[in-house]
Amino acid sequence: MLPKKVKKRASLLAILLFTSVIGIFLILNALNKNILYFNSPTDIKINQNINYDKKIRVGGMVKKNTLKIKDQEIRFIITDFKNEINVSFKGTIPNLFAEGKGVVAEGKLQDKKFFVADRILAKHDENYMPPELKNIMKENAK
Amino acid sequence: MLNFFHNSYIFFLIEKLINFINSIFFILLLIALSFALVFSPPDYLQGDSVRIMYVHVPAAWISLASFSCIAILSILNFIFKIKNLKLITKSIAPIGLMFTCIAIVTGSIWGRPTWGTFWAWDARITSMVIMALFYLVLIFIHKFFDEDDKANKISSIIAVIGLINIPIIKYSVEWWSTLHQPASIKISGTSTIHSSMLTPLLLMFFVLILYCALIFLMKYKTEIIRIKKKNLKRYDQ
Repeated sequence: MLPKKVKKRASLLAILLFTSVIGIFLILNALNKNILYFNSPTDIKINQNINYDKKIRVGGMVKKNTLKIKDQEIRFIITDFKNEINVSFKGTIPNLFAEGKGVVAEGKLQDKKFFVADRILAKHDENYMPPELKNIMKENAK
Repeated sequence: MLNFFHNSYIFFLIEKLINFINSIFFILLLIALSFALVFSPPDYLQGDSVRIMYVHVPAAWISLASFSCIAILSILNFIFKIKNLKLITKSIAPIGLMFTCIAIVTGSIWGRPTWGTFWAWDARITSMVIMALFYLVLIFIHKFFDEDDKANKISSIIAVIGLINIPIIKYSVEWWSTLHQPASIKISGTSTIHSSMLTPLLLMFFVLILYCALIFLMKYKTEIIRIKKKNLKRYDQ
C-alpha cells in the first residue's frame, strides 16, 4: 500500500484538477459568445439585438458567381449554405480570397442583409495538396 | 539496480546519448530540410508559403507535448517526491517555451500572405499565447523562490492548471469558429494533407524532436552539475 502522505498529496492534486476543470469550463461557457472569432450569417439572422455601431466579424464562404468588382468597390455574398449576407468592401484583399473559399469580413452591419467591411481576411481550409493533383481532381469532376 | 538511478550513472549515459545524436543530427537535418524546401511540391492555393508549415506544425506539436510531459512529471514529483523529476521538468520548460514562440512567430509570418493579417485574437492563437505565459511562469518560479520545496509545490500546481489548457488548444478549432484552420492530420479518419507533403512534415518533426532531445540532455547535464556543485560546497563548510 502507498503511504498515507502520498495518498493525501494525490487526492489534493485530484481535487485541484477537478475544481479547476469545472472553473475553466464555467468561464469558457460564460465567454462563449466572445470566444467566437466571427459570426455566421445565420447567427446574425437569429440575433435579436444587434448593435449597428459596433464592429463585428462575419465569416463563411464567398458564394460562387457573386463576386463583382466595380471601380474600387468589391461586392460579394457570404453564405453558410443556410443564410446569406451581402458584403461591400473597398481596399486590398489577401491573395487567397476567391469565390467558393472561406472568408472573414470585419466591419459594421448596415442592416441584417447588408454588411460594410473595412477589412477582409481569407480563411484557409485544412486541405493541402500539390497543384498537379488539383488539376487532376478538376478533370475528374468534369 | 539503485545504481541505475544514480546521478553519476545518468551523467555517463547522457554523455553517450549526446555524442550519438550529434553524429546523426546534421545529416538528418540536411535531408529533412532538402525535402521540405526543395523536393516537396508547392500548395495548389498557398504556393510556396506552405513550406512554413513544415516548421510551424512540428513546433506546435512539440510545445504541446512538452507541456504535457512537464505537467505529468511534476504531478508525479508532487505525489512521490522523486528528486530527478524536478531536474527533468526544469530542463524541458525552456525548450517548450522556445517552440511555442517558434510556432507563434512562424504562424504569424504564414498568416500575413494567406489570411491577410499577422495577428488575430482567435481561440487557437490566444490559447497558444496563454500556454507561453504558463511556460514563462514555470521557468521564473525557480528564480523567485529560493526554497526548492516551495517552488516545487507551486510549480506543480501551476502545471496542473496549465494542463487543462492543452485540450482547449487542441480542440479550439472544432469547438469555436476560428480563423485558424482545423487539423489536417487526424488521429482517426483520413488526413487532408497529400502524402508528398506529409513525408517532409514527419521528417521535420523527427529532426526537431532530435534537436529537442539534444538541448534537453545538455540542459539536464548542467542541472546535474549544478546539484553536484551545491553538494560539494556543503562538504567544504
